[in-house]
Amino acid sequence: MALIEVKDLYKIFGPNPKRAIPLIKEGKSKKEIKKETGCTIAINDASFEIHRKETFVVMGLSGSGKSTFIRCLNRLIKPTAGQILIDGVDIVKMDSEQLRELRRYKMSMVFQHFGLLPHRNVVNNVEFGLELGGMEKTERREKAMEAIKLVGLEGFEFSLPSELSGGMQQRVGLARALANDAEILLMDEAFSALDPLIRAQMQDELLDLQDKMHKTIIFITHDLDEALKIGDRIAILGPDGRIRQIGVPEDILSNPADNYVKEFVQNVDRTKTITAGSIKQSCPVLNSSKDGPKAALHLMEKHSKSYAYLVDSQRLLKGIIHIEDVIELKKKKENDLSTIVRHDFYTTTPDTAIADLLGTALQTKHPIVVINEENKFLGIVSREMIIAEVNEGVDESDTPTVFSEILEETETLENE
Amino acid sequence: MNRIREIFDIGAGFENIIEWLTEEADWLFDFIALVVEGFLEGVNWLFHFPPALVMIGLFSLLAWRVAGKGVALFTLIGFLLILYMGYWSETMDTLSLVFSAVIFGLLIGLPLGIWASRSDSAWKIMRPVLDFMQTLPAFVYLIPAVLLFKLGPVPGVIATLIFSLPPVVRLTNLGIRQVPLEIREACRAFGATPKQMLIKAEIPVALPTIMAGVNQTIMLALSMVVISGMIGAGGLGNVVLKGITQLKIDMGFEGGICIVILAIFLDRVTQAFTTKDKS
Repeated sequence: MALIEVKDLYKIFGPNPKRAIPLIKEGKSKKEIKKETGCTIAINDASFEIHRKETFVVMGLSGSGKSTFIRCLNRLIKPTAGQILIDGVDIVKMDSEQLRELRRYKMSMVFQHFGLLPHRNVVNNVEFGLELGGMEKTERREKAMEAIKLVGLEGFEFSLPSELSGGMQQRVGLARALANDAEILLMDEAFSALDPLIRAQMQDELLDLQDKMHKTIIFITHDLDEALKIGDRIAILGPDGRIRQIGVPEDILSNPADNYVKEFVQNVDRTKTITAGSIKQSCPVLNSSKDGPKAALHLMEKHSKSYAYLVDSQRLLKGIIHIEDVIELKKKKENDLSTIVRHDFYTTTPDTAIADLLGTALQTKHPIVVINEENKFLGIVSREMIIAEVNEGVDESDTPTVFSEILEETETLENE
Repeated sequence: MNRIREIFDIGAGFENIIEWLTEEADWLFDFIALVVEGFLEGVNWLFHFPPALVMIGLFSLLAWRVAGKGVALFTLIGFLLILYMGYWSETMDTLSLVFSAVIFGLLIGLPLGIWASRSDSAWKIMRPVLDFMQTLPAFVYLIPAVLLFKLGPVPGVIATLIFSLPPVVRLTNLGIRQVPLEIREACRAFGATPKQMLIKAEIPVALPTIMAGVNQTIMLALSMVVISGMIGAGGLGNVVLKGITQLKIDMGFEGGICIVILAIFLDRVTQAFTTKDKS
């Protein structure tokens, strides 16, 4: 079962908002309804599910109701109509006492402008949520210190927020949200107020944290690059407050549901969103525990290559083997391939964007090997594959033209 | 026109109200007088009991701790000057009047300010009343105060309290209303009750503004306490009044200097609290 289920959710601001719903169903536009009733539609008939432990990104431009949306999920804003089921319980029907329980133990939130208490130092800010829940001082201090460690703020425990940079203040915000160990983490444009370098760094750290903690994260952003980088699935909100498409990043890039999404996606730099892991190819490898020179020569001959990669029985990468070394080894009548292994080639992680690989790929004569953190061999990425991928998104009319073609064209024009 | 005025006589109407109050609600005013008098006597004893030099030492120490060396030095020299001129007792009288009026003022003003920040309709009613309280000439308060509380320090404290109340109400309201929305949202998102939000977030965040209001209230109280010397509240007000009525230039001038010294001391020390919280 999905952790969060949203069913037919509407949020309309204005006097007597419920009367706008039939008008929406009649198909009237946001503008017409505003004129007729004075009501503004923020969320228009949203229905979807958020799974446990996924990072769900809601992305839209300003005014698309994404901030309203995330505030409905913890009921900072009460929806006009619809249901929000968390573990099967409808939070729209909860009273204030139940809501407090929910906010203290089940979900926590990170804010765009941090929302820190300026008169409290870092650790007191981090333990704020635990303090509200009535946890004892020593226990909450311990938990706060753990959270501070997690976000890398050791040494700043007793600084005031005003003494910290924006990025560090947001770490405090993140630590505060992690301290109460809530299952659901709501992040409202959490990195939008930070400068680009710090933002990228915080995104990476969030991904690292998520690898360890496996929270269910709902992340709001107006930045598609950010959405593609962080999100397991992305929901794109239109300017009318309606969800236009929900899908995995690749899906949204390659099959945009309508023109609005298409326009959005067009400006994305494909090379920054497509990763080595998504284009890698498998390739036959030699196993150091069983293969000898003969098997090596056979493999290279079969694939007409002058090299092959050597792994052990757990597929952990040992290195590259060149054909001339294999012949030498064979002449010496020795069998152990690991004696001739070389290490002078490039490797990368599956998360690396191909934009970052391009430079290296153009220099090196061997493909780049994709390995994970334990050095396990996952596949290879060659320069041809990267170039093919870059080329995919290119509009033909914008590409450079061969000079002779231009000359030919002018000649035909003159002749006419 | 005159006929209409006979029916709707504003001044006479006010007089009638006060008269009615003195007759029908005297038990209430007696009770208020009792409380204020008891408190005032206690404060008075507190300021008068220690020898002057000990008090001067304490004041300077306080100034040094909260406002720094310069203010401490000024306090030391200023209060020694008061002692030298022979107005120590009167200055302590005035200080206890101010202190009592401000304490009662805060007890009333802070909750009113918090209430005003919570409810727009409450604020809509309070605002014109505060405007009225602040702009009505200070002397006018003395008349009902005398009628309801007789002569002496008690009506002095009451008149001072009413005159000095508006700033702390206004600035408490303003300070809490200015707490950023995101801080409120953060409180709610982590499960704060309204009371927790007020105590743990709103008041601390608004504190510099609230303290500015307290500072204003203290300064207004000081100026009113001097005026209430006219109804026998005693202290430096008496000294200045004597200077005016008996054309004793020396006395009026010395009394004036004492008030200035006291005012600067109170202002700098309370202002230090305001800026200290900001940094």
